[in-house]
Amino acid sequence: MVLLFLILVPLLSGILSFAIKGNGAKTLGVVSSMITLLLSAWVSGTNFKESVSWQHDWIPMLGTQLSLLGDGLSSMLCLLTGIVTMVVMLVNLNKDVEKPGSFVGFLLLSQAGLMGVFLALDALLFYVFWELALIPVYFLCSQWGGEKRIAVTFKFFVYTFLGSLMLLAALIYLSLQSPGMSSYSWNDIVRAGSSLPASTQQWLFWLVFIAFAIKMPIFPFHTWQPDAYEQSPTPVTIMLSALMVKMGLFAVMRWLLPVLPQGVVYWGTTVKMLSVIGIVYASVLAMAQTDIKRLVAYSSIAHMGLMSAVMFNYSVVGMHGVIVQMFNHGINITGMWLIVSMIEDRWGTRDMNKLGGMAITAPRMAIALVIIAFANIALPLTSGFVGEFMLFNGLFYGDGSAAQVGTMVVAGLGVILGAVYTLNMVQRVAFGNAVEMTSDSRDLSANEYAGIAIIISIILYLGVYPKPLLDLTASMIAQ
Amino acid sequence: MMFASVMVNNKKSIATIATLLFAVLLGINVWDLSTTSVSDPGKNVFFNGMLRVEHYSAWFNTLMTGCTLLYALLMAGEIRKVGAHVGEYFALIFFMLCGLYLLSSYNNLLMMFLGIEILSIPQYILAGSDKRNLKSSEASLKYFLMGSFTTGILLMGIALLYGAARSFEIGNLAAMLHSDGLNPLALAGIMFVMIAFAFKVSAAPMHMWTPDVYDGSPTPFTAYMSTVVKAAAFFAFLRLFNVSFNNLSAHWTLVLAVITAATLLVGNVTAVFQQSVKRMLAYSSIAQAGFMLFAVLAVNSFAWQGIIIYAVAYSVATIGLFAVLVKMKDYTYDGFNGLAKKDPMLAFVTTIFLFSLAGIPLTGGFMAKYYVLLAVVQQGQLMWLVIFALLMAAISVYYYFRVIMAMYFKPGTPEMSSPVTVGDRVMLVITCTIIILLGIAPQLFLTNV
Repeated sequence: MVLLFLILVPLLSGILSFAIKGNGAKTLGVVSSMITLLLSAWVSGTNFKESVSWQHDWIPMLGTQLSLLGDGLSSMLCLLTGIVTMVVMLVNLNKDVEKPGSFVGFLLLSQAGLMGVFLALDALLFYVFWELALIPVYFLCSQWGGEKRIAVTFKFFVYTFLGSLMLLAALIYLSLQSPGMSSYSWNDIVRAGSSLPASTQQWLFWLVFIAFAIKMPIFPFHTWQPDAYEQSPTPVTIMLSALMVKMGLFAVMRWLLPVLPQGVVYWGTTVKMLSVIGIVYASVLAMAQTDIKRLVAYSSIAHMGLMSAVMFNYSVVGMHGVIVQMFNHGINITGMWLIVSMIEDRWGTRDMNKLGGMAITAPRMAIALVIIAFANIALPLTSGFVGEFMLFNGLFYGDGSAAQVGTMVVAGLGVILGAVYTLNMVQRVAFGNAVEMTSDSRDLSANEYAGIAIIISIILYLGVYPKPLLDLTASMIAQ
Repeated sequence: MMFASVMVNNKKSIATIATLLFAVLLGINVWDLSTTSVSDPGKNVFFNGMLRVEHYSAWFNTLMTGCTLLYALLMAGEIRKVGAHVGEYFALIFFMLCGLYLLSSYNNLLMMFLGIEILSIPQYILAGSDKRNLKSSEASLKYFLMGSFTTGILLMGIALLYGAARSFEIGNLAAMLHSDGLNPLALAGIMFVMIAFAFKVSAAPMHMWTPDVYDGSPTPFTAYMSTVVKAAAFFAFLRLFNVSFNNLSAHWTLVLAVITAATLLVGNVTAVFQQSVKRMLAYSSIAQAGFMLFAVLAVNSFAWQGIIIYAVAYSVATIGLFAVLVKMKDYTYDGFNGLAKKDPMLAFVTTIFLFSLAGIPLTGGFMAKYYVLLAVVQQGQLMWLVIFALLMAAISVYYYFRVIMAMYFKPGTPEMSSPVTVGDRVMLVITCTIIILLGIAPQLFLTNV
């Protein structure tokens, strides 16, 4: 039942929030997201011993059930969703937004959708949540976004919607292959999919993969992403980049790798190549950006590329690394976006050339920026290091062929480039001649301080002692 | 069966009486439903075997009568404004409903022909009922000319089929055509009938009349023509091809698949370029027809459920959308600008209707698309068409969401042609609830067939 509440709490409080006029909704958002966080922490806690699951009939004639499972992987992602949403709500407390009721409402609804995606163990249910997480984001970006928001969001929506439809066709096809011809439970889908002949798995692979690749996003399906990140209001950018892209990675792990093993083997190298191209491509573009929001957006593509390359290199430690890194990346990037939005609030610009000297004008913010940037480029003693180390470890596994070594080298190059553009950004923003702030707020306010403190303590804690996270997800790897 | 038409001359009460009669009809249908059963199909046979009310026919009748009742409740006020002869309008709608009942349960090609004519002739009249409007007259004439031409083709097809099978009975037809091997007469007959039906359901390339007729007709009648009437034609199409020509599917599947692909392409791509919401809905109805054709293509047991749920989901959402549209003064997209500010509730229900048409989960439209896809994927040989249709569905998001964008994200103050009363609101909320229910619990609306 607790799993159901993980979805219901944000869903119901989201709906409630639409009815609230004025700033009460923001408080509701904080309260609701705290409750959800506690629930997800409880689920993660019990997961050291056993997985939690819940089941109920939904549409019997379609063979679909309301079936939820919180195992190591999904409870970790729920925890991440809980933390990130709460930080977003917290930081949002003193921001002025138009119609706060609807704003918070849509945020909570998308949280409900995300929880559902991570927990669903029934393919049709998964699909429903997959779409449901998208719709609120569409409204959030279109209504509260930047200047070009409508066109950009629309592109994003059509892209992902098309991917989802492909996924739907594949799921229908798979369920027809299952015993009794109409079952959507994860076990039946896996059995149906993995027993298909290799040639069928090969074309089915793309139907499923494109949906996930668009979400991640993997080159060349990424074109919606930088624009969408740039134009969205920051809370939404955080939802998108810290959580929504994890949907793609998670979905590959749960709904692609076990379901179509032969398809994955056949296309694995292609996907790895695409991912690696994505790493370099995004890194080079990131170096050329002067807008910090776009820079972080491209760096996010590079990180995703690395994770997906490792994921398709199937090694135990690599897979574990991807899971751990999903969590860490979610936390880091949230911190990054928070700092970016604070900079924008205070200086009224995101152009690196017009910024500088934050270490003098706002020292606390500068320290936070430096720590988070270090985590972003995976310096030891930050959480990023643990994940990235395991990722590279995973990439080393292979036959030692030229392609495999090449993948490794190019991916390594991506990391170096990552350090180049991130440190360059830190240098230009935090140091140099001090630029006066345009607004009267100075350094971090109390709620921002709390939000950033949560992020940084997680980064440092997991950087020094990553064992809890590794233990939580170890059971997944054993399978 | 259930003939009913009202000829009351008291203008004000006509709408009320008609609505009540629709409700009575719905009651009769529900009662009828309990008398039919899957296990005993031979029980409800009428007119010497000309009509055979099977369980799914009764189910379809019930749901479509329900849609008509909903339509009457939403639109009665608007129908009264169209012209002076209100009694006749309602009478014609009753006639169409009668045609629908024939089409859902015919057992004989002649009955089918009769059903189609009873369904079509009132439409010709209703299309031209706004006599002061040139476009309305044009719509009527155009529809009538094209329609009668198609009638000829249909009759020709029926004659050829009779020549090949020496029977009008759809059950016999299947047996006779199959036992004779492939008869060229039969093949020609099937093609003629297919073309006639393609015209009736506005499938490309026989769709040319649709935009002009739907655009020109008075809006309340467009709402009915593009939903319930179309669903009836589809049901008849499916019944004939699933029962009689099932065994010969190898010979006509490809033709129909191409027609389907063309319908999807023309409907979706042309809808993108429209400036008027009403005209967009005309093209969207062509596009949706493409999806409904999937059910006919699939020739399996999922097809019946598919067509029934698609008919209901599509009809309810479209009727709801038209009910909002008649309240607007300006039918272009710009006319919807800023509706969310002015009337959030109206904008919200419109959004749900559009979500349903676009096929977003948790609305009826999703379940409908799901069922027809299920049917055709199970058929197994048309995966290319499925992928193509999905591409087209992604395009459809563009024009449906344009309305949402106008309502929510663009500034403006839309003008209403008439105030939205409390009654209207209640009905719109009910319509909305039905759509959501269809999306989360389709089993309430479906039966095992």
